[in-house]
Amino acid sequence: MTSASDELWILGIHMTKFGKHHDMDLVDLAAEAVSGALADGGVTMKDMGVIGAGNLMAANAGIGQQLQKQLGQTGIPVYNVANACATGATALRVACMAVKSGECDMGLAFGVEKLSGAGLLSGGSRKSDSTTWTPSGRYGSVAPVDGRIGTEIMPGVFAQIGMEYGHKYGGTSFELFAKISEKNHSHSTLNPLAAYSKAMSLEQIMGDVMIAYPNTRPMCSANCDGAAAAVVVSGAKLKTLSLEQQRRAVKISASILTTDPWEESCQILPDVNTLTRNAATQAYEQAGVGPSDLDLVELHDCFATAELVHYDNLMLCDVGGAVDFFNSGATWRTGSTPVNVSGGLESKGHPIAATGIANVWEVATHLRGEAGDRQISGAKVGLTHVIGLGSACGVHILEKAA
Amino acid sequence: MAQQIPLVDYLVLGDDPHLVAHECTACGARFFDRRNACANCEATAFAPAAIATTGEVRAFTIVAFAAPGVPVPYVAALVDCGGTSVRANLINVTPDPEHVTLGMKVRLATELIGTDDEGTEAIGFGFEPLGG
Repeated sequence: MTSASDELWILGIHMTKFGKHHDMDLVDLAAEAVSGALADGGVTMKDMGVIGAGNLMAANAGIGQQLQKQLGQTGIPVYNVANACATGATALRVACMAVKSGECDMGLAFGVEKLSGAGLLSGGSRKSDSTTWTPSGRYGSVAPVDGRIGTEIMPGVFAQIGMEYGHKYGGTSFELFAKISEKNHSHSTLNPLAAYSKAMSLEQIMGDVMIAYPNTRPMCSANCDGAAAAVVVSGAKLKTLSLEQQRRAVKISASILTTDPWEESCQILPDVNTLTRNAATQAYEQAGVGPSDLDLVELHDCFATAELVHYDNLMLCDVGGAVDFFNSGATWRTGSTPVNVSGGLESKGHPIAATGIANVWEVATHLRGEAGDRQISGAKVGLTHVIGLGSACGVHILEKAA
Repeated sequence: MAQQIPLVDYLVLGDDPHLVAHECTACGARFFDRRNACANCEATAFAPAAIATTGEVRAFTIVAFAAPGVPVPYVAALVDCGGTSVRANLINVTPDPEHVTLGMKVRLATELIGTDDEGTEAIGFGFEPLGG
């Protein structure tokens, strides 16, 4: 039986607008998110006992300490973390673990990234070929292999992940994947913080620039700038705070991080399935809820082809049933299990390290009944999911205060 | 005949070109790079294992937008070669969804990558449609 002292709650949370922030650097963005989260929770840096700080693209720069110098240097431990696209969720896990362990009763987590105009974030290991062939690297290659032995680019990797699902269970098509993107772009029209908030027709999506079949440009996550931050508090500490703080607090019923266990093909194509299913299984068990209890889900639609497989991995549908599940309309905001009502990574945007906290902000905002035009009415339970290739999977289940 | 060198060390050239993996002698897991221990069972002994040269396309993508210097379009695929997954390009096939399909049967083929200043040819591999 869980006692109040074991419980974890979100006391304050904030995300910046996602998009282009030409006039703000990483520290400015992080400070805006953290200031917002502290104010939202009615606390200050002096109340924090730990900081989990996430940034991927400048992971050696100590963003946590930079943030302290901007907002308050209180001498508390900082854990700067980098875990691919699961960086934000990992930072949140750090705060959760510190509070859960009893080392402190309040912790801060934030994630920040500047990615506007970044283009492809992987691939291009291919430089010019050498003038004499010399084997190098772990495969003894004499020339770069991206584009010669498969692909390194993320739109192509995740395209194959969706296609593999189609091969296994059938029913997928270019049009099906484009319809998933159509849903998320439609959802984004209600989200003023999204980087892109225009609806796109199926024809527009399918007719846009092809990146890696079947993913066209609007079916890929949008590179942009952004930050998100959260204050985690223990159940025991929360009881000592004001009734208003307790009313708006959101319970973290499960906080899970997994990596990919060995699977036969994982050296060939990253396996994003097993570790997601494992994380979801652990999360449902920890929270004592099941997929049918979820009022909304924010999952890692880094590409339209990825969203499909995660319906199955998160057990929102029967095994092999993701296509039928989507076609039933279940994942539209009007459906039985709304998925990515924020617009998802394809339109809200994907400032990598911010994503794993921004999705928690989205769900928490619905659970508080503060989501405005896009509020899922009566939302009580929600789930967030991120995948970082390599791989790491973060899943959080959140519940409205009783 | 010009001197030849394989694009990667797990491609074996000669009369019968094929791929070779490090196979865990305890559980049979196969790896194309060297491992200190088997990622599946932690055993530390490996033996070379030849990979089947025919297989089935389990996933593919047609890359139309790549990093500078990488010619497009090309077809990247996951090929199931008798139970061993292989990453490769699909070659000698028109790179569009009408000609490349999930489940298509393919076989290993080699191709010239280029010739260096000493006249040595680098030979790569891909998979081409079987009986196409």
